[in-house]
Amino acid sequence: MAALTPTVADPAGYELPDEQRRVLRWMLYIGYAALTAGVFHGLANALSYARISILGWFPGLHTYYQGLTAHGVANVLIFTFSFANGFLPLMTARALSRPLDRRFLWGSFLALLLGNVLVIYAVVSNRASVLFTAYAPLQAHWTFYLGLVLVVISTWLALASMLVDLVGWRRQHPGARIPLLAYVSVTSYLMWFLASLPVAVSFLVFLLPWALGLRAMVDPLLTRTLFWFTGHAIVYAWLLPAYVSWYALLPRQVGGRLISDSYTRIVWILFLLLSIPTGIHHQYTDPGISPTLKAFHGVLTFGIFFPSLATAFSVMAALEIGGRRRGGTGLLGWIPRLPWGDPSVTAQLLAMLTFVLGGATGLINASYTMNQVIHNTTWVPGHFHMTVGTAVALTFMGVAYWLIPYLTGRGLYSRRLALASTWIYTIGILVFARGMIDGGLHGMPRRTFMAAATYYDPAWRLPGMLTGVGGTLMFIGVMLFFLVIGLTVLAGRRGEQPADIPVSETLTAPALTGWEPRLDRLGWWVAAAVLLIVIAYGPFFLMYTPKAVSPGFKLF
Amino acid sequence: MKVHTYERAFLAVGIVVLLSCLAALLYASLAMGIHLPGISGRVDPKLVYKTAPFDHPGVRLAGLGHYEAVVVAQTWAFNPPVIRVPVGSTVYFTATSIDVIHGLNVEGTRLNMMLIPGQISRNTYRFTEPGEHLLICHEYCGLGHHTMSGKVIVEPAP
Repeated sequence: MAALTPTVADPAGYELPDEQRRVLRWMLYIGYAALTAGVFHGLANALSYARISILGWFPGLHTYYQGLTAHGVANVLIFTFSFANGFLPLMTARALSRPLDRRFLWGSFLALLLGNVLVIYAVVSNRASVLFTAYAPLQAHWTFYLGLVLVVISTWLALASMLVDLVGWRRQHPGARIPLLAYVSVTSYLMWFLASLPVAVSFLVFLLPWALGLRAMVDPLLTRTLFWFTGHAIVYAWLLPAYVSWYALLPRQVGGRLISDSYTRIVWILFLLLSIPTGIHHQYTDPGISPTLKAFHGVLTFGIFFPSLATAFSVMAALEIGGRRRGGTGLLGWIPRLPWGDPSVTAQLLAMLTFVLGGATGLINASYTMNQVIHNTTWVPGHFHMTVGTAVALTFMGVAYWLIPYLTGRGLYSRRLALASTWIYTIGILVFARGMIDGGLHGMPRRTFMAAATYYDPAWRLPGMLTGVGGTLMFIGVMLFFLVIGLTVLAGRRGEQPADIPVSETLTAPALTGWEPRLDRLGWWVAAAVLLIVIAYGPFFLMYTPKAVSPGFKLF
Repeated sequence: MKVHTYERAFLAVGIVVLLSCLAALLYASLAMGIHLPGISGRVDPKLVYKTAPFDHPGVRLAGLGHYEAVVVAQTWAFNPPVIRVPVGSTVYFTATSIDVIHGLNVEGTRLNMMLIPGQISRNTYRFTEPGEHLLICHEYCGLGHHTMSGKVIVEPAP
């Protein structure tokens, strides 16, 4: 076997300056705080499908939809990006052994904080119960749009802090390949930067001036299309930080190795190229968009399935190497030999298993004609609670089990409690998703206060109950997670933290000659991604004449 | 870059599965005639009730065994609330919204459309069995969203 190659510039270790570690840590805390609020509402939303309303228990809550807005915004916008904002720059700095750009890092933190303050004001005061998709012509208070734009800007500033790092490193190391951990971290946020531009335009050019009264009318199909222009790629912006952990960290945690350096880079390039020109598959049932364009986006969506298939192979291979090195034999004997006693590993393994079902249901969503059976039914949240709600969220929880100790200098409070959280959450999501998926196949609508609905189909009874039971288990799982993290921060034993980030090694080193170094020319790949986006979205924007026909409606 | 044999095989199988799914979709769309809503014209949301065909919401005969159902969605009701057609009918749905975005899903069928202010949504479905279907607004449209529903009643052959 050839010599192993590290995925970082200096395998011996690197520590960020204390101040930067603190900023990154507080970025994560903002995310966990949001998640706390989000899951309480999630419990209420899930129980509503079992026709149980607990809204009365929430002080100051006006409506179900206010809670649902809080659930979506907190969990998929604030939690995910706070985590990525803390995690990806940390990985980049570790990979390059360089401190981050201080101004951009602080800028990112402050933008995130201010954005949160504005969004919390808008949502808590019931001035923005428009759900996280913010479809016009439902009109939220201007602080909602501005707050979310600031959250997006905080991700741009986090990217800037990483890019400054990368450019500086490359200048000092001409001709060297970018360390893999930095490559995947930076590319993840480069993709998101491109992806985030349409929603930023939608909010800044249309919705914010409209909410401020500077614009009387908007075109609902235009702002909706701009939202989904960002809205599919956003799921990969949530997923890719989890992939960073699965590829570059988890193999180390199980004693395995990543099989190929170039292969991993190609996967990220494919995500950069294909994540964005697929958004119209969320609009299959929309009027005003040509079915040919819908079909084209459908085919590209099937294309984006490919890098995830490749991931399934690479990550499984890395895990298998680990299991075999730990004494596993036979076809599947390596699986029980994986360190299931380590909650960080178990959480990520269960996240992957759930993601298989999440990916399969996603492929059905993307299926041009079949989509009509399940569009906007509970099938869809059934699907995405297995992807962002588990593959991503449970991985972020698993990462936290070493990351929070690493950043605070305190040992994980209780492995056993963390393991219990992980298993309870996983059983919960499987029951919950079974309910939602089944209900969706029977037409049970998503985003609906089912406990008070004036219509009902008896076929929804069992699915609704499963949704409620599963959601409750997920809630208990997350509460145990908070307990573990809270106790770790406050009462974990000092000095028992991991000394370094668990960085993996690869079996095949990055080549210095031939075509492979071209994978590192990120500028070219970004240009190629832009070209594909123009091809995929050009026809719509060339042929569509926006007509501002809708004033704002505040129906909440 | 060398790619492991197992990996090649795994990816090849994956690509075959993806291509078969795409082929099935192509078949559904071309041979079975299952279509998605497309570009079907626009209407000013303020003038919906003054613009044909929305000035007369309801169901009308459009030929032997063919019906046109014109539906206007508004907070928080469908107009008309009940659509009655005989079994075996092919129904052309034409719908729009006068205010915010609504959804139109006929439970138990693949008839599923977004109703976006300013846009006209069209799709066709053939009801082959008698019975009742809920007509559900499946997009959040404000405080009373969960009260917005109607019915499609497919009447048995006389």
